[in-house]
Amino acid sequence: MEIITIPQIQVSLPATASLATLVGNTPLIPLHRVTSRLSPDVQVLVKAEWFNPGGSIKDRPALNILRTALADGSLSNGKKLLDSTSGNMGIAYATLGAAFGVRVTLALPANASRERIKILRALGAELILTDPLEGTDGAMRVVRQLAAEQPERYFYANQYDNPANWQAHYATTGPEILQQTMGEITHFVAGMGTTGTLTGVSSYLREYLPHLQVAAVQPDGPFHGLEGLKHLASSIRPGFYDPSVPDRVIEVSTEAAYSMVRKLAQQEGLFVGISSGAAAQAAIQIAEGLTQGVVVTVFPDAGYKYLSDDALWGAGE
Amino acid sequence: MPTLRIPTPLRAYTTGQSEVQVEGATVSEALDNLIAIHPALKPHLYSDSEELRPFVNLFLGEENIKELQGLATPLKSDDRLMLVPSIAGG
Repeated sequence: MEIITIPQIQVSLPATASLATLVGNTPLIPLHRVTSRLSPDVQVLVKAEWFNPGGSIKDRPALNILRTALADGSLSNGKKLLDSTSGNMGIAYATLGAAFGVRVTLALPANASRERIKILRALGAELILTDPLEGTDGAMRVVRQLAAEQPERYFYANQYDNPANWQAHYATTGPEILQQTMGEITHFVAGMGTTGTLTGVSSYLREYLPHLQVAAVQPDGPFHGLEGLKHLASSIRPGFYDPSVPDRVIEVSTEAAYSMVRKLAQQEGLFVGISSGAAAQAAIQIAEGLTQGVVVTVFPDAGYKYLSDDALWGAGE
Repeated sequence: MPTLRIPTPLRAYTTGQSEVQVEGATVSEALDNLIAIHPALKPHLYSDSEELRPFVNLFLGEENIKELQGLATPLKSDDRLMLVPSIAGG
């Protein structure tokens, strides 16, 4: 038989046994053009979390929460996984739940984007749409009540308080960043939603790099357009959030994040979501104050789920 | 008088009220009157250049006013206008 070799194509991964094995090990990508004014000895690197099979960083905590609950029996007897979500965690639960044969019920505010609701329904999730005026905290109250009323029917995954959330980042995202930067990271910047990424990655990295500087990113006020991020002072605080973890908290305006999202798409070829724009804005702000350093941040998802947001992309054709 | 429904994050600026009744024949007039009663709301809704901030979504029933006539959308006395927050965290 003649063997044909195809140049330039390298098969790096054999067929995998499950979707779960593809979670994590995401690329770390340097920014170039939007950081062109920085000192030449300063780099900004972004963890490209949309490479996860469910399309966002939330695959990591969702997988760990599912595995932990399956292992300790919390998800036994045909119970449904129940949680509140702003979208991405729900998509991760629904994606991995479908792959594991676990049924998923999610509460999210009724004003979630059309794309998100359609994706969740396509993946077979049962949705409870809650009062838009109450936001994700309102959705959380609805699932807490449902879980208390019907404990035999639901496993309340509780992403805001479940330690399996931040532990996923301690076990995967943190070690990946340490390896990918060969220990050269000097600053870690993460947006705060559940604060799982901030908590888990910082805890891991500080064991090896005690002088690491950590910055948390949040919206600059309680009413904002930074989907996925929380203004902690005016929200229900996640149970595992430790305010001593970040050395500083950087507040980003919605307008600045929108502008950065457009720059990342048009100047870097990185078509990312709004929280990535906020993370980049904060990371670059830190990098501008350095003469030397490696600033790493996390881009939680891609931009596809925000295309219907005319405030971000305009209503043009 | 039209009613403006206030989301949780903004109730700190409306002395905790979830609904405020305001005069106004258009969305713009209703917002002006809302801000006249509760001036601390202004920077959350309008930019320094007096434009509605891009993420501020106002719904009249099921319709976003951006898909009606924007700030010029007329209001009837029994209309309920909802200020909808973005979806935060997780």
